[in-house]
Amino acid sequence: MNMSAARPGLLSITDLYKEYRSGAPVLKNINLEIEASGLTAIIGPSGTGKSTLIRCINRLIDPTAGQIKFRGLDLAQLKGKALREARCHIGMVFQEYNLVERLTVIENVLCGKLGSLPVWRPLLRKFAAQDIDRAFDLIDSVGLSQEFASRRADALSGGQRQRVGIARALMQEPGLILADEPTSSLDPKTSVEIMELLDQVSRQRQVPVIINIHNVDLARRFATRIIGMSRGQVVFDGPPDALQDRHLNEIYGGEDWQA
Amino acid sequence: MTDSALRTAPRPAAFAVHWPARLSWIGLGLYVLYAAGQVNVSWERIVSGLPQAAKLFGRMFPPNMAPDKIDLITSGMLETIQIAVIATVVGVLLSLPLSLMAARNLSPGWLAASARVFIAVCRSFHPVIVSILFVKAVGFGALAGVLALIVSSMGFIGKLFAEVLEELNEKQVEAVRSTGAGFFSVLIMAVMPQVFARFIGLSAYQFDSNLRNSTMVGIVGGGGIGAALFTAYQRFDYDVVLTILIVIIALIMLAELLANGLKKIFR
Repeated sequence: MNMSAARPGLLSITDLYKEYRSGAPVLKNINLEIEASGLTAIIGPSGTGKSTLIRCINRLIDPTAGQIKFRGLDLAQLKGKALREARCHIGMVFQEYNLVERLTVIENVLCGKLGSLPVWRPLLRKFAAQDIDRAFDLIDSVGLSQEFASRRADALSGGQRQRVGIARALMQEPGLILADEPTSSLDPKTSVEIMELLDQVSRQRQVPVIINIHNVDLARRFATRIIGMSRGQVVFDGPPDALQDRHLNEIYGGEDWQA
Repeated sequence: MTDSALRTAPRPAAFAVHWPARLSWIGLGLYVLYAAGQVNVSWERIVSGLPQAAKLFGRMFPPNMAPDKIDLITSGMLETIQIAVIATVVGVLLSLPLSLMAARNLSPGWLAASARVFIAVCRSFHPVIVSILFVKAVGFGALAGVLALIVSSMGFIGKLFAEVLEELNEKQVEAVRSTGAGFFSVLIMAVMPQVFARFIGLSAYQFDSNLRNSTMVGIVGGGGIGAALFTAYQRFDYDVVLTILIVIIALIMLAELLANGLKKIFR
């Protein structure tokens, strides 16, 4: 593990701007510093650009303008091999788990290793013994028993799939984990379990986590920092205790966020 | 308000008439009648033809099982099977890269467009016509049949594979891409698992189709049972024709069983 001391300034986003159609920006000049520890929750209404922001970081979406510095590299400028190399260090967890349904659990977890392997290894399923060991360990540590390893992903429940999704991200030995609405497809109890797992990842493994989430209570309960977004801009940034109702009114535009 | 009061307001039709669709059906019906008149399809001709057909079937029975005929048929059938197997395997292998190039979600626009044109050309002609070209090019025999069926396999399998690839679940691909995996690793771990079972199904279907077509290419000199079948027709050996037809039917049924077995294995 390379995460010894907490290094501040792991990720530095400067003037990030994104528009899908010209003249209709989704992200307007975002400036953020993310530390090398903790669990950062991004809250905000649907369509406010949370998902776009998080996908700009690992470049599943290309930003229109701005800088994203990660470990001294500007991710926004990377191409080809350099981009893939950078992605290897950033794990991602998805709303709909995005497991390869017809692969087994352990094959899905080993996908986290693909960036550093020659093509013939996955082709012949000849993964290194220590990678397979690590995959088994991770399946165990996300709370699944070893028998799950050979089950196909399409035979799992939502919560189990998300655990596999987290194990896949951890397999990358990431310096940062991005989670895009990881609990939105899950029931309330399972949502809490998944948040506990991500919290554990950020504390025990010292991997910083950035989570898009629309459940304000979960964000308050687990995050060390909350970023509130509204209409493509950051309108709140601070510790969970500082988040007041008036902030939520600003983020969600009115009082309707209260159930 | 009572129900009847509600009902006084006129309601829109629940199932509105779709005039373009209705006119299309009427148009098709009229054209079929017109075309039948043009090519002289009439009930009288069918009736007068029936005794002729009965005579033909009468001469077919019993099927000819003479040892020399069986030998001829066996060697012809074996060659037909060989043509179909080789053409399917090579055709499918060539179709894999071709369909990747033709899938609009995986390759750049200019490449997808040119691959699609190539596939369309492969599919334009019936295997028998392509076979005639290859007989002229490489001479009589199985090779011409194999080449012709490879071309037609690429035309169909290339197109169908490309369509399967275009229905990929992008989310699974996105997730594997986000791990830093390169293009070929993404193909192996995110694309192939999604499409493999359907590729097997389509290949089995193409094998079935190649078996049937490989009985045809022999008629124009492309090897296989077709030559024997054609000769038997021309010599009015209808009992031999029947034997060949029975063997072909049995073969197609066997292929069907084989395809079902394969689909069960690769679910």
